[in-house]
Amino acid sequence: MTQLALVIDLNVCVGCHACVTSCKEWNTSGSAGPLCDENPYGADPTGTFFNRVQTFEIGQYPNSETLHFPKSCLHCEDPPCVPVCPTGASYKRKEDGIVLVDYDKCIGCKYCTWACPYGAREFDEKAKVMKKCTLCVDRIYDQSLDEIDRKPSCVKACPTSARLFGDVHDPESEISKAIREDGGYALMPEWGTHPANHYLPRRKTKLKIHNDELERADNPLKVDGLLPKPNKNDPSMDDVSAW
Amino acid sequence: MKPAYSVIFLTTLIGAGQGLFLALFTQQSYALFGQLPMQEDGFYGYGSVLVLLLLCGGLVASFFHLGHPERAWRTATQWRTSWLSREVIVLPAFMGVVFLYATTHLLGWRPVLITLPSGLEIDLSIALGVAGTLLAFTLFICTAMIYACLRFLREWNSPLTVINYILLGGASGFTLATAFAAVIAPLQANFFGGWAIIITLLAFVGRSASLFRNSRLKPISTIQTAIGIKHPQIVQRSKGAMGGTFNTREFFHGKSEKFMRRIKPGFILFSFMLPLLLLFLGLSSASALLLGGAFIVQYSGLLAERWFFFAEAKHPQNHYYQGKA
Ligand code: SF4
Ligand code: SF4
Repeated sequence: MTQLALVIDLNVCVGCHACVTSCKEWNTSGSAGPLCDENPYGADPTGTFFNRVQTFEIGQYPNSETLHFPKSCLHCEDPPCVPVCPTGASYKRKEDGIVLVDYDKCIGCKYCTWACPYGAREFDEKAKVMKKCTLCVDRIYDQSLDEIDRKPSCVKACPTSARLFGDVHDPESEISKAIREDGGYALMPEWGTHPANHYLPRRKTKLKIHNDELERADNPLKVDGLLPKPNKNDPSMDDVSAW
Repeated sequence: MKPAYSVIFLTTLIGAGQGLFLALFTQQSYALFGQLPMQEDGFYGYGSVLVLLLLCGGLVASFFHLGHPERAWRTATQWRTSWLSREVIVLPAFMGVVFLYATTHLLGWRPVLITLPSGLEIDLSIALGVAGTLLAFTLFICTAMIYACLRFLREWNSPLTVINYILLGGASGFTLATAFAAVIAPLQANFFGGWAIIITLLAFVGRSASLFRNSRLKPISTIQTAIGIKHPQIVQRSKGAMGGTFNTREFFHGKSEKFMRRIKPGFILFSFMLPLLLLFLGLSSASALLLGGAFIVQYSGLLAERWFFFAEAKHPQNHYYQGKA
């Protein structure tokens, strides 16, 4: 069975909000109608978004790190938001595991938002229905798009490739490998929702270089300086005189 | 959570309605077994009209909660999984039975259905009363389970939620029945008043138990599990939006700590202490005015109680909006 999902690499996300704007642009322009905003240019703007990037400071300055944290619906494998919906408007697709809201059935009772521990659903105050990330279901299967474009809008927009998209149930997919090899984890695992989306942790890449490794035999840039000058007649490593 | 007035009125109004119906039928059951005098049909009939008014008030209030009330019929479809859907089915069913119960009494049309071996005659109104009683309890369970089934809203996720919905609804219903009896059938006021005092006391114990339990809850989700970073010190610097969002409006009650500390003794006083006092004084002086006052005071106390019930629950999504909390 397929379970489509995103993997978000917190190690490379720079918090540019490109995914947020790209998501909003795609999903406000589709046949499902706009993602409504109120007071967009006023003092207190508010609106409906599928995806938001939040920023956290970890640790105490100066030993602190900034974490940019994109969050959208995690398309849980066991979504608590679905069974509580009284109308059946919220459902999880069997074929690809995407959790969707049928905007024509939703009565806007907001019960599902109470049941989602992640705050991933947002009520559209003008359309009066519940909205949430669709994993760009109207895009990823669109045969009129080039194959390379059949990805969620946010994934296409990310300049650092912090967002990966694929099938978490296929052990050979790019995202399954990333989860496996780079320590991918789920949010709030304590509730047993089994989110399909995973996050890759911040990781430090360090390279230890020992002094003797700097003193290279062929000294190509002539900067090492520590080695005694070889005799003119000595063969150099590349067999071309170093001088 | 942000308490929604529509839901506060829905749950308190139908709770009082269910309680009043249970009170009326309890009296009728006692009377059936000869423990109390059977009342005129009008007593049960007009009493159930009052029940219907309360239930209708609750139903109307609930529609204000919906974005698309015209699609409300769809809510009856997911009864297999959703307690909200079950409530939406049971509420009209209960109203229907109460309506029939009222009609049989007001029209005086109570054909005997069966005669028990002991000679006891079970008429149509008794059968409807039994059905109504079962539905009233089912409705209490459905309403409370809407909240109690959400496992990460831990203030609600407890059998106490169900017990308290039954006891609080029952208390206000029996208090109302006492006032109603004091006007229409004064001799029955002591019967209803006695039960009202007992149920109010039980409700006080139940609600105190849940307040005690909730004050000692240790959070399961933390900011660390929410974002998966195991550092003890994490501070949110940006919520991903400049103005408010649905998430900052729906999940925070927006009142100060001080207000939250004050409302607690306030609703205990108004839901339990004052009504007990007024019931006691009203019964001993046979004053319908005091008994009516007891219901009004208790109902306003329950409005505050329900406000607190919603406001007290801390949703784990708030970890992603801690800058607001
Ligand atoms: S993240 Fe929330 S809205 Fe999305 S599937 Fe999980 S519980 Fe449902
Ligand atoms: S708001 Fe809509 S999708 Fe959510 S539970 Fe209610 S009807 Fe279902």
